[in-house]
Amino acid sequence: MDLLSASAVNWSRAQFALTAGYHWLFVPLTIGLGLIMAIMETLYVKTGDEKWKFATKFWQKIFGINFAIGVATGLILEFQFGTNWSNYSWFVGDIFGAPLAIEGIFAFFMEATFISIMFFGWNRVSKKMHLASTWLVFVGASLSAFWILVANAWMQYPVGMEFNPESVRNEMNDFWAVAFSPVAYNKFLHTTFSCWAVGAAFATGVSGWYLLKNRHTDFAIKSIKISAMVGLVAFVMLAVTGDGSAYHVAQKQPMKLAAMEGLYEGKEGAGLVAIGMLNPAKTVYNDDVDPYIFKIELPKLLSLLGYRNINAFVPGIADIVDGGYTLQDGTTALPFEERQARGRRAIQALADYQTAREEGRDTDAANHETILRENYAHFGYGYLENGEDLIPNVPLTFYSFHLMVMIGMYYILFFMIILYFIYKKSMNTTRWLQYVALWSIPLAYLAGQLGWVVAEVGRQPWTIQDILPVQAAASAISAGNVKTTFFMFAVLFTGLLIAEVTIMVKQIKKGPDTTTTDEA
Amino acid sequence: MVSEINRPQERFNWFKMFWTGFTNMSRLSKTLWIVAVVKLIIMFFILKPFFFPNVLNTKYEDDADKAQHVRTELFKKAPVTE
Repeated sequence: MDLLSASAVNWSRAQFALTAGYHWLFVPLTIGLGLIMAIMETLYVKTGDEKWKFATKFWQKIFGINFAIGVATGLILEFQFGTNWSNYSWFVGDIFGAPLAIEGIFAFFMEATFISIMFFGWNRVSKKMHLASTWLVFVGASLSAFWILVANAWMQYPVGMEFNPESVRNEMNDFWAVAFSPVAYNKFLHTTFSCWAVGAAFATGVSGWYLLKNRHTDFAIKSIKISAMVGLVAFVMLAVTGDGSAYHVAQKQPMKLAAMEGLYEGKEGAGLVAIGMLNPAKTVYNDDVDPYIFKIELPKLLSLLGYRNINAFVPGIADIVDGGYTLQDGTTALPFEERQARGRRAIQALADYQTAREEGRDTDAANHETILRENYAHFGYGYLENGEDLIPNVPLTFYSFHLMVMIGMYYILFFMIILYFIYKKSMNTTRWLQYVALWSIPLAYLAGQLGWVVAEVGRQPWTIQDILPVQAAASAISAGNVKTTFFMFAVLFTGLLIAEVTIMVKQIKKGPDTTTTDEA
Repeated sequence: MVSEINRPQERFNWFKMFWTGFTNMSRLSKTLWIVAVVKLIIMFFILKPFFFPNVLNTKYEDDADKAQHVRTELFKKAPVTE
């Protein structure tokens, strides 16, 4: 790959990361606050207590600000598919298009319909109808996320498709395999709980600020009760679904797991690194340098999490590149060179198939198609030059993963303490905890961003696991164009973020409206 | 605190809900609508047409040509094909 196109690929990757990262500042709060306000409105409808209504309307207002400013930021990612990643867009065909189309229908019809009732319908529809609308806004947003995550999960674990050499597209032959692949539903659950976590941390932090200022204390305590319970459930479920993610990553993307743990040499009964520092002197995967400066390990836990067996062999980076270890199905892992040769055979077969078709040699074309199918599982390896190309950025993946887990653990403890002080009825007098609640808000966002770094950086060099590396997925466009739009997006999104924070802070300072005015 | 009318006093009218909703919007809602609309205008009328053309759709009209383009790209980027 020449320098110019390498630069264009890297700028395209940076641009996608930038826009996805900013987009993910808005989405979790939409889903998380969606749940919290739905629970509060349910309590209002059940008890008739107007204070729950005021609380609901306050969080709906914050939800509305976040929704209005964040809406459609995800579409920019779709713009990039057609411009920066046109090979990829064509190659994935309807597999990517179908979930995104369903998402569009859900996002547009379901959210738009029920959001309008939620904001405009107070006093215009019955209480129960309004409550149903609020819940359906939350359900609609979650379902939208589901279909996006189905598309993402397919890239990590491509199933339910067949490659058509004529159209050069992967064509979906099993919708349900794509929609309900184990990676997809686990990813959906893990990501959804991370949204609940952000909503809960945000509502708890803002309520903590009211307590610090000694304003709206009754509202703040009510909000903390709900958000802390949601937060505790969310973070416990994040641990549970995180375990599911680790299991699937071990099965489907062992290189990502090895990078998450900084594991270069595989072993049986592998431990999970609780805390560690990687050795920057380790520059080559198969040198003799110790990959850690220090580490504290939980014995055998990585084998247990990854393979449900405390003595299972967990392959390290060197094992995955060099092959030769026994896979779960009893076969032997192929070395990189073999997979590269098979990938090149598949690419050559695709070229030969095309030539044979053009020359009307149908029997030859059929033979080349057979060779292509036999080697298609290794197609992407044909684009890589050496084994090191298989290795993602280990320090970034390792530290992102461990920091994310640490924040998760911190929050479980945090919400347990909050609920204890709520139970003791001393939350409104415990100022240190109110400060902690307020200053913990960014940590929940950080954890969500780190989760995506682990998922996306950890799967490099692939856009589609084993099938298409990033350099083959990118369009032949100049780096200059991508750079220009990168900085435009940086400005646009930063502007939107500043607008969001400014408007939100202003509304938070105003506090909940305890009159019954029902204007939207 | 004024008690809320829990059930609508007249038959629910979808159009009326939107009409009164939009005509009685708070200052905050108006600001948010302006931000959202300006953002969508920038996205769909500036960014999309001028900076994010669909590479395949702008170069080719039919699917066979698009497939051929991608095929050529895939071969060009692979070190082995003749």
